[in-house]
Amino acid sequence: MCMDVPVPQDYLLSTNELCFERDGRRLFEGINLRLKAGEMVLIEGPNGCGKTTLMRLLTTLLSPTSGALCYRGEPLEKVRYEYLADLLYIGHQSAVKLALSAEENLAWMAASEGIHDPKSVRAALRSMGLGAVYDLPCHQLSAGQVRRVALSRLVLTRAKLWFLDEPLTALDTEGIGLITGRLQEHLDSGGAIVLISHQDLAIGAVRNYDLTKRCA
Amino acid sequence: MPELARTPSFLAYVRRDVLLAYRRLGDTVAPLIFFTMVCTLVPLGLSPDPQRLSEIAPGIMWIMALLATLLSIERIFAFDFEDGSLEQLLIAPQLIALPVLAKIVAHWLVTGLPLTLLSPLLAMTLSLPTSAYPAMLLSLAIGSAYLSAVGAVGASLTVSLGRGGLLLPLLVVPLYMPIMIFGTATVFYAVDGLHWSGPLAAMGAMLCAALALCPLAAAAALRVTSA
Repeated sequence: MCMDVPVPQDYLLSTNELCFERDGRRLFEGINLRLKAGEMVLIEGPNGCGKTTLMRLLTTLLSPTSGALCYRGEPLEKVRYEYLADLLYIGHQSAVKLALSAEENLAWMAASEGIHDPKSVRAALRSMGLGAVYDLPCHQLSAGQVRRVALSRLVLTRAKLWFLDEPLTALDTEGIGLITGRLQEHLDSGGAIVLISHQDLAIGAVRNYDLTKRCA
Repeated sequence: MPELARTPSFLAYVRRDVLLAYRRLGDTVAPLIFFTMVCTLVPLGLSPDPQRLSEIAPGIMWIMALLATLLSIERIFAFDFEDGSLEQLLIAPQLIALPVLAKIVAHWLVTGLPLTLLSPLLAMTLSLPTSAYPAMLLSLAIGSAYLSAVGAVGASLTVSLGRGGLLLPLLVVPLYMPIMIFGTATVFYAVDGLHWSGPLAAMGAMLCAALALCPLAAAAALRVTSA
């Protein structure tokens, strides 16, 4: 039911003719994405063409009007739990609580993935250049530093599939360098990434996916 | 499924929400201050006559408790919606009803429980007979938990509409009416020297039903509204 042609298991994520309508208006149709381990897809398109909506469809926050999602060749209805456990999504709102410190924020995010290790939380923050401010409440940090707190999840996570919606917003060049390095590492270790970004990234194996062609 | 142990426990969610409420202490105590202020205004505005006050005290206390809960119930999901935590909750590999129940419990711990503990002080200013204190404490403790649980459903339905809407009170106040009737009845029975365990038992039953059903309803509503 998911695919007309059986999808090999090595596709971490594949979609079949995804179509999404909002209030009777078709946003896009015929989305056929295939994502293997070690691959990164960069979703492109002008503002308002539905990049974030597509991302929300892929992370199951929204349901497609028609079409199907498959995880390792299995339809999502069967493997929803496994899919969600293998997925990391960082959206526009980075889920950082401004009332909590960087350390408390990251510790919670790590705990939601089952990682309870204060040392590795500290180490992750240090590696993101937040070593000096880890115990300050996040409302005292700059926008870029808050972004870094959110992105330090990337250092800790065990998830294979990353969905990042404009992760580089507000980051300085050093921060962008750190994140690019981490993305490359993830790809090298067999992970996969779906990314929305308006900045050019110095990463080798990027496949561009132009959403404008799919817009209705 | 052994992997279920990966997600934070129920208690971890409660602790987190209580900690967040503590860090935003100003917001958290606002309903309590409101509750206290209005209850102390009543004797000034109506009449300081103990006889007249004791007749209306149960009703006043209950109405104010209800309004104080209404003031704060919106925040149960609003902050999480704004900063994206709600999205993360929705894609966590677990039942959402569990953290939702934890949020209800946390909301009661920072609103309903302090309100209940504060009530004897205010009952004194309203000249409520001391014999009615146990009934009032118990009815407010049970009733405010019900208010949090049912309010969470309303808050989950209106979370994406932004703040300050009148829709939330419109949705939940009708659902608050039954518990309010039994709540004030419990205290009135105690004031009149009757057995008040009957209406209190009815409230307990309503609370049980609310705790079982409201997290499921709120979780389902969150899936739709925050999408």
